[in-house]
Formats: sequence, structure tokens, C-alpha cells
Amino acid sequence: MSEMREQVRAYIVDNFLFGDDNGLEDSTSFLESGMIDSTGILEVISYLEEQFAIKVHDDELIPENLDSVGNIVGFLGTKMAAA
Amino acid sequence: MTPAQPFSYDTLVIDAEKEVGKICARIRDGLKNQLKRRGLVIGLSGGIDSSVTAALAVKAIGPDRVFGLEMPERHSAKETTSLSRSVIDHLGIESQRIDISPILEAIGFYRMYDDAVRLAIPGYGAGWKSKIVISSIFENQGFSLLSVVAQSPDGETVTERLPLKPYLEIVAATNFKQRTRKMLEYYHADRLNFAVAGTPNRLEYDQGFFVKLGDGAADLKPIAHLYKTQVYQLAEYLGIPEEVRKRPPTTDTYSLAQGQDEFYFSLPYREMDLCLYGKNHGVDPSIVAQAIGLKPEQIEKVNGDIDTKRATTRYLHLKPLLMEEVPEIVI
Repeated sequence: MSEMREQVRAYIVDNFLFGDDNGLEDSTSFLESGMIDSTGILEVISYLEEQFAIKVHDDELIPENLDSVGNIVGFLGTKMAAA
Repeated sequence: MTPAQPFSYDTLVIDAEKEVGKICARIRDGLKNQLKRRGLVIGLSGGIDSSVTAALAVKAIGPDRVFGLEMPERHSAKETTSLSRSVIDHLGIESQRIDISPILEAIGFYRMYDDAVRLAIPGYGAGWKSKIVISSIFENQGFSLLSVVAQSPDGETVTERLPLKPYLEIVAATNFKQRTRKMLEYYHADRLNFAVAGTPNRLEYDQGFFVKLGDGAADLKPIAHLYKTQVYQLAEYLGIPEEVRKRPPTTDTYSLAQGQDEFYFSLPYREMDLCLYGKNHGVDPSIVAQAIGLKPEQIEKVNGDIDTKRATTRYLHLKPLLMEEVPEIVI
């Protein structure tokens, strides 16, 4: 789980913050902090689908699954367990 | 002092004569003192916004100083050119019709667009029509879903959610249309020593519903401060042909007919106008809800969506960022 967390966090920091991670916590809301917009969420989905070989369904496109590092890790955990 | 009127659609009613006078004075002043150009070029789509913009220009500086451009392409609606023609005749301005399909073909647009749709719908090809739609903010629980809707030659409709790559490629290709039109507008503006008038209304301007360096590019924007219902009000005052005033707002951008409220705005324009006005003037969502016939929670959702769109489209309004100020250049 912690390896997955590091992987997701590294992707977010590298892709959206140009490597500067100051202030990013696992609970930081991407949308509220203005870090990631709606197109950015599409990027996150593409990354998750490719990297973790999962399919994100329409009804899973909710902030509870995707709006922070912590939420993504929790969501991935559920998806992996179901796979 | 007159007693405050209850908040309703009437709240948006303006004094058309006074507003037209104010806009015309500002157009003349802008051309004379800032832009230093002799007239205005306007792209005419047969829609209400470009028709009113052209009519305001004619009222401000006379028909001889206004040049209209009709720029249909193969995906434009059939009625587009007859509507723009009726506006040109009504205003008595000089104009030119340029079918931009060959330019788009040469640049590879139609192939790029079809290739991008095929990433989502592999069977898409010749004879098919398509458009992009966005899920209603009242239905989705979280993020907006973008989908491509395609219709096969035998009438079968397929809808697929758009992943990042085809979404970006479809939008990027489609933006060629607005940018090609703007390139032609500036060609004629340069040729005539005119400026270019942009045609966004307040909803479009505020919510970033335009293409950067496409329809967003202009030297002046005469109706960017007006709510869409107010644009209709001016259209009536200015005598815009009825068939133009009766046409439902359309993007006229995709090969399948697409209403503006299924691609971008969360409500039809009349309701959207009132929500935006209410939000801008600090009107309580419960009062806005009552005026529109929606629930206060729905108005709060719309208000949230307005903020989101403002934030995500700020980039469209930004001028190029300089690494250091150049104080000698004062704009």
C-alpha cells in the first residue's frame, strides 16, 4: 500500500507540480487547492488505468475516489481487492 | 426612490435605447482614440450575438465602415448562411462568403478529427456525424463526464465516454475552425485598415466559452458585458430579422446539432443568465431558485459550477506571461 502511495504521489508531484511538492499532503484536495482541474482529472484517470491496469467506471468518477493522494490510494485498494 | 422589484426574469431588462447609445459611443471612442482603425470586420454566423454586434457596429459608425464575413464549412447547419445573409441584407453592409472547408481540409482537420473520434469509437468514419456532450451537473455525483455521441449513416447512435487523449485531440482539431475564421477576419481587417469586433456575450466571456486566439481574439467586444437575454432584447430593438431571433442557440461547430447547454452550460441560457446575475449580485440562492423554479441546492450547484469554469478557463483570458515587466510598454 505504501509503495502504491509513493508511486501515486510521485506522479502527482511530477506531472502537476513540476517536481515541487511543498505543501502536498495525502488529504490535500486537488480541486479545492486549484492544483488539478477537470482536464487534469482526465489525466489522473488515464494514468491510473495505464499504470494499474484498472478500468475506472462512470459511477466511480467522484471526488471521494480521485480528489487527493489519499483518496486515490483508497480507491486503488478497493479496485485491486475486487480484481 | 422606487421600491425594490422582486427578483425575476424582469430584473435583467435594460433600457435598450440607452444601452445602444452607450455602446455606440464607446465603439466610436475606441476606434478613434485607442485602436486608430477606420471600421470593423465581423464574422457572421447567423446567430444572435454576431448579428447584434454587427447591428451595433452599423449604428455606431455606419454601414460603409462595417465588413461582414460569412465562413461556413461542411459541418455548418444548413440554415446558417441563409440567416447570416438576411442579417447582411438587413444591415446593408458589404460582405464576403468564404467556405472554409478547403482550408480545413488542407490543414488536415477532417482527418485529424475523424482519427481522434476513432480512438473512442473505432467504427467511426465516412458518413458518420458526431458531437461532444457533457453530463448534467444535476445528474453526476462528482466530476463532469465528457462523451462523444456519434450517429452512423443508418441512424444508429453510439455514446462513449472520452478518455484524455481523444478528448484533447477532438477539441484541438475543432479549434482550427474558430482560428481559421479569425485568421480570415484579420486578413480583411488589415486589408481595409479596420479592427475586428468579437461577439461573445457575458455568459460566454465570463465562463470561458471561446477558443483562445480563435473566437476569443478581437480588438473590441461590444456585448461581452451583456447577459444573453439582454442581447435578445437589443436584437429586438435593433430590428434583427425574426428568424435569427427565433433560432435556438447552437455551437454550430460539430457535425451533429449541439445545443450550447449540452456542451457547456449547466442550464438553458435564460436560467443560466439569471443564476449568473444572482451570483454576481449576491442574491440568495433560495430567491434565485424561486424565480427560476428550481431547488436552492440546484442553484448552489450551478454557482459552484460557475466558479469552477471561471477557474479552469482563466488561462483563456490571460495575456502572455512576461518574465519581467517591460515598463516602457503601457497598455
